[in-house]
Amino acid sequence: MAIWNEKAENMDRDELRALQLEKLKKTVRTAYDHVALYRHKMDEAGVTPEDIGSLDDISKIPFTTKQDLREHYPFGLAAVPMRDIVRIHASSGTTGKPITACYTKKDLEMWAECIARVATAGGATADDIAQISFGYTLFTGAFGLHYGLEKIGCAIIPISSGNTERQLNIMKDFGTTVLIATPSYAMYMAEVAEKMGVMKDIHMKCGIFGAEASTEELRQELQRRWGCVVTENYGLTELLGPGVAGECMCRKGMHINEDYFYAEIIDPITGKVLPDGETGELVLTSLEREGQPSLRYRTRDITHIITEPCECGRTSHRIAKITGRSDDMLIIRGVNVFPSQIESVLLTMEGIGPNYEIVVTRHNYTDYLEVKVELIDAAMLDRFSDLENLQKKIVTALRTVVGIDIKVSLVSPSTLKRFEGKAKRVTDLR
Amino acid sequence: MFVTQISVFLENSPGRLAEFTKLLKDSNIDLVSLSIGDTTDFGIIRAVMSDTEKAMKVITEAGYTARLNDVLAAEVPDCPGGLDSVVQTLSASGISIEYLYSFVRSEGKNAVIIFRVQELEKGAAVLEKSGVHILTNEEVRSL
Repeated sequence: MAIWNEKAENMDRDELRALQLEKLKKTVRTAYDHVALYRHKMDEAGVTPEDIGSLDDISKIPFTTKQDLREHYPFGLAAVPMRDIVRIHASSGTTGKPITACYTKKDLEMWAECIARVATAGGATADDIAQISFGYTLFTGAFGLHYGLEKIGCAIIPISSGNTERQLNIMKDFGTTVLIATPSYAMYMAEVAEKMGVMKDIHMKCGIFGAEASTEELRQELQRRWGCVVTENYGLTELLGPGVAGECMCRKGMHINEDYFYAEIIDPITGKVLPDGETGELVLTSLEREGQPSLRYRTRDITHIITEPCECGRTSHRIAKITGRSDDMLIIRGVNVFPSQIESVLLTMEGIGPNYEIVVTRHNYTDYLEVKVELIDAAMLDRFSDLENLQKKIVTALRTVVGIDIKVSLVSPSTLKRFEGKAKRVTDLR
Repeated sequence: MFVTQISVFLENSPGRLAEFTKLLKDSNIDLVSLSIGDTTDFGIIRAVMSDTEKAMKVITEAGYTARLNDVLAAEVPDCPGGLDSVVQTLSASGISIEYLYSFVRSEGKNAVIIFRVQELEKGAAVLEKSGVHILTNEEVRSL
């Protein structure tokens, strides 16, 4: 199992912590001196950059939220003058004003380094032909992966997203061995490839997927359909884009690039830092961003930190699969429901396809959840009771995992929406 | 000996049946016989069509879940008691009927009933022995 930067990724933990502290002090100083938001927040909390004497002192610094970033749109968090900024990205802004990210030349180099590590851990090498099926737009995904894969020496096919049949023909003709996409788009591509009958002519080595949370069950399904190793990586526009963390071949959590990011887990309600291993909200601090440093950014992502050594040899800590973004959490009749819980149940069911849609409605002040799934097993058409049993089986399994009754509707294949970028599977009609 | 039937899954939502029947019309597929069973959420269309192979291709390519299976097409007298005698025969031999539907295509005296039974071979044998004519694919399609 190859490691891109052994010195950084296998660093002794004490050495790493010393490096993190040194970088943290510098980042806090810069943020305080050059970004009004951080200065105001710290002044209000009565904290000065000099108060950071150890890594644990980070808990004195106030959190930054998505709302803060929105209020300082577009360039309020930049720490350098525009002449030093060489790239501007922005999040899709589907849930409000977009969030911007400004990069200096050095930031872009660091970004490429982060991706080179993540992609190497995911199996990419200089011998590979990598197809980037993320949109080359303001979105950080495509450009982020692009420069990191180029650093490794992959032959890059910058195809962008969309036009799925063409994507598959290119995969077949060019001999693509590495696919970069969202897990949901990779699943759609697999469906189309099977329909076109080209899967046998496509020889994928690894799928390096990210930009949206997915479940272990979805990974298994993607590995089965593409016949290759699938790893997941993590990042967010607010911190960098992709490249914050990524899985290695062991696929047991995503290795954090800890020399560039400091990760904490907090109780999302009290804001208290939780010990390693406990589940809570991930909070990230950038340790080397120049253009737009981040101090204790609340990601809304729910996960835990894995500290046990990984079989791959890297010494870095890992974050477990994101079980849900607290923004995605649905509160149904007082019960917290994550769409990922529903997905993990559906993907283990036989007879239905991997696509689904969740619809939330409200009647007489009561919330209802409906899940639409596609019936694909025609053998069930012989008897009505087979279909009804399938429905009941799914309802029961969902009740066991989620804890509430969810209506299950069977629909014809290909009637549910497919996604070329991030999937949007929840329709909230409340 | 058996007749080939197509079963198609349709969810119960406005316009789905219209979409399906339009597909058949546009593909010039003739329905020989049809039945729709439904619950509140979904339905199964069961039909014998003029050109099974073509119909199956068109329907699955349009994204429907569909399946072919064998059924019995029995000719019964179109008069009171006509269906009863056939059902009694099957019942007496311990053959359970999963579902049935009928159609009358000609002006003749006989009706044709489509039976789906668990033991097709046995069902056919029992009925033929009692003097009931079991139609073939060709016969059904030429009615």
